[in-house]
Amino acid sequence: MSDMKKLTRSTFRAPVVVLLLAAMVALLASCAAPAETDTAAPAEPEVKELTILYWQAASLPGPFLSGGTKDQDAGAVTLEPLASVDPDGVLVPRLAAAIPTIENGGVSEDGLTITWTLQEGLLWSDGTPMTADDAVFTWEYCTHPETGCASVDTYDGVVSVEAPDDTTVVVTFDKFTPYPYTAFVTAQSPIISRTQFGECVGAAAQACSEQNLAPLGTGAYRLTDFKVNDVATYERNPHYRGEPAYFDRVIFKGGGDAASAARAVLETGEADYAWNLQVEPQILAEMEAKGQGEIIVAFDSLVERLLVNQTNPDEALGDDRSEYLDGTNPHPFLVGTPVAQAMSMAIDRSVIAENLYGFAGQPVCNVIPGPKHYVSTANDGCLVQDIDGANALLDEAGIVDTDGDGVREYNGMPLSVRYQTSTNSVRQKTQAVIKQWWAEIGIETELLNHDASVFFGGDPNSPDTYQKFYTDIQMYTTGPSIDPQIHLSQWQCQYIPERANSWAGGNIFRGCDPEYDELFQMLVETPVGPERERLVKTLNDMNVQAGMQIPLVYRGRVAARTNSLQGVWINGWDTELWNVGDWAREE
Amino acid sequence: MSRYLARRLLTAVPTLLAISMVIFAVLDLAPGDPTGALPETIRPEVRQMIREAMGLDKPMHIKYLLWLRQFFWNEPIGLLESALGIEIGDSESRLRITSWGSRGTPVFDLIAQRVPQTLWVVGLAYLISVLIAVPVGVISAVRQYSVFDQLGTLFSLIGYSVPTFFTGLLLIIVFSVNLNWLPSIYDTNLEVRDWRSLVAQLRQMAMPVTVLAFFQTAALVRFTRSSMLDNLTQDYVRTVKAKGFRERYVVIRHILRNSLIPVITLVALGVPTIFSGAIITEQIFRVNGLGALLISSIQVNDIPMIQTVTFIFAVLIVIFNLIADIIYGVLDPRIRYA
Repeated sequence: MSDMKKLTRSTFRAPVVVLLLAAMVALLASCAAPAETDTAAPAEPEVKELTILYWQAASLPGPFLSGGTKDQDAGAVTLEPLASVDPDGVLVPRLAAAIPTIENGGVSEDGLTITWTLQEGLLWSDGTPMTADDAVFTWEYCTHPETGCASVDTYDGVVSVEAPDDTTVVVTFDKFTPYPYTAFVTAQSPIISRTQFGECVGAAAQACSEQNLAPLGTGAYRLTDFKVNDVATYERNPHYRGEPAYFDRVIFKGGGDAASAARAVLETGEADYAWNLQVEPQILAEMEAKGQGEIIVAFDSLVERLLVNQTNPDEALGDDRSEYLDGTNPHPFLVGTPVAQAMSMAIDRSVIAENLYGFAGQPVCNVIPGPKHYVSTANDGCLVQDIDGANALLDEAGIVDTDGDGVREYNGMPLSVRYQTSTNSVRQKTQAVIKQWWAEIGIETELLNHDASVFFGGDPNSPDTYQKFYTDIQMYTTGPSIDPQIHLSQWQCQYIPERANSWAGGNIFRGCDPEYDELFQMLVETPVGPERERLVKTLNDMNVQAGMQIPLVYRGRVAARTNSLQGVWINGWDTELWNVGDWAREE
Repeated sequence: MSRYLARRLLTAVPTLLAISMVIFAVLDLAPGDPTGALPETIRPEVRQMIREAMGLDKPMHIKYLLWLRQFFWNEPIGLLESALGIEIGDSESRLRITSWGSRGTPVFDLIAQRVPQTLWVVGLAYLISVLIAVPVGVISAVRQYSVFDQLGTLFSLIGYSVPTFFTGLLLIIVFSVNLNWLPSIYDTNLEVRDWRSLVAQLRQMAMPVTVLAFFQTAALVRFTRSSMLDNLTQDYVRTVKAKGFRERYVVIRHILRNSLIPVITLVALGVPTIFSGAIITEQIFRVNGLGALLISSIQVNDIPMIQTVTFIFAVLIVIFNLIADIIYGVLDPRIRYA
């Protein structure tokens, strides 16, 4: 037996395993080593490379056939519109020589045409000339019903696009258009080449896989390789009109998740820029503290707000609850009283923004939070919480607690509200703190939350949709586009959702003010300029001050850049990569 | 044997047809809309136009028959054409299966783009795990309850029970964040041309391969060990030992050969999982393999892609089941097919 044991030992000194393990260790060691050999290697010309991480990989470079932000942004590195919008909401010419206005004659007085003039001598990235005819073609391509173009709404109201000569693009609208900068503006509406895509219009767009994956551009970089749902590679465009771009190569890498994208920029330094970092604020702050990079935030128009039901949602009313009924069904205590104002005063918006939204939130007092020139300053008082003031306001109005249960009464009716939103941890935490603050001013709150697919789902048979609004208060995020007209139009009396229109319409809080409607009609007829800005601010103030909506948090999109990357100016109104041609590395 | 093979191949046809129908029906009936991933600012009418352009509004049986025709007729002919450089019939109008997520891009082009990465990373991990697991399992069994066996058991239990997303993250934090030795992002543009790029390739493969190999080795070690233990106590082993053969000879020529039969079957059955990729590991390290392709298609409801990739996996599973059965017959003389 002892012999047997001995034999076993000597036979199995595990040579194979040892060898294999040794090989693995050697492999790992060789992996670690190049860190030194890299620097010691004879000076090969260093390739200046920019690595951009999008954790959602791009499916196609360009916004037309696949309208996701990732696709639009992958296209935006090379495709260009006539003009971009900068982070302040100001138009910046790209392919156009200047921004057309009424003053310089580019926009007609009747608001029916806008005439863009292209810069001289523009070339596509293959060296062929780029002309106004390419803009005409892009319009034909995108508006062809069988193309299935995701950017078709940028051509809303456009009846024709013409090119009287090689550098002039004339866009004609069907009616007076106060904000004519929709077609060919922003990364959602870039221009593509007729020579390249001429055969790809309509149903044929699907079959043009080769062209779709390698569009010619006019930007500072041009596409050299596109791997679907993975990585796009660009090089400096030799035919670019301006200063040659800084980087030799741009890598637009997709896939993975937001947290590891943040780590790659802020901790390992493998990437220079990471997009849309939906990561817990505390984790991001820890990563940023390592000092390798910086968190940056793009704000556009998204405002997390409370909507105050102007109609009576009492269950006892049956089908008539939350129905406007021509104004005969007002809310028992939220309309015509200072209650909504007191509720707004009791909220500490900074606490919510800082603790629950972190980098991605700022306290806000307006429902039109941007662009800058449209933002009212009349409501900024809301930035400071004022519970005493709210209590005093209610006391003065005679809304007091008569039966000593801690809840105030109005005409004998206790101020008890039901407050709904979608199921989401940040929203539930917001609900909880607001409930507490409202309790301090004698308002009782019942919290409800519904699954997002139900709440935003719009099923007319479900009682829990935001459109039906069968509670007193509800909370969600929305906001206008760069020109707020369409958003503001929704708050007119005619857009109140009700049974008769199957709850279609954007006046969700069911507020009706004839004066608002009148002012809105003026807005529709007022071209871009100071007068339009004044009107937008007034409309915003009317809505907020009437207590129809209580703005809470201005929500942004979080990104990260490495410290050495210069020129990044993160943009909420256009693609984040709108000025990628100006990015450079600090030497 | 050939009759058996023919019968198995014939029964595979209805099996695969049934599988394809089930996959298609499930995907078609499942809620979800490929335009759902588009920004909310895109209006419903525009979404409808996009859906029509994708051919989404056709009835299910038409879509299914069209897909069958594309998969079994159009794609093979296209392959033949490009392989031989000839043109068969009207190749211009022959529709290929195209992706919805990346509109118009042929699904098979994307799959072909992804296969090499999967083979490199997942395939290599599989190979390494077999190479490690078999000797470790054999030694563990022969020297049962020794320190080596105890350690082997410990590591294989850890490997088996710790999920890959955890080991992956752990390796990234240690080797990328703290030590800064290895890249955490897989560079899919890298082409191996010289020593330098080979080293770069090895460096970027090191972590995903280790994670996967660790996990797979664990399962295989346990299996090899128990299969060896079953054989160690058999009568024939005692007989051979009684004849006075050396231990090494007994183990390698007799015990190992017999105990490897079920192990080889298991390894063959596991080959399709190489192709289905390691979804989580590929996602963590941003390896653009088939698993990552599948997951990104699922995220955007790219049904033609999901359908095709899933079906290819089904085909591979059926084929490798057959191969495993045949190998079994070859290795074990007691089993004969007729």
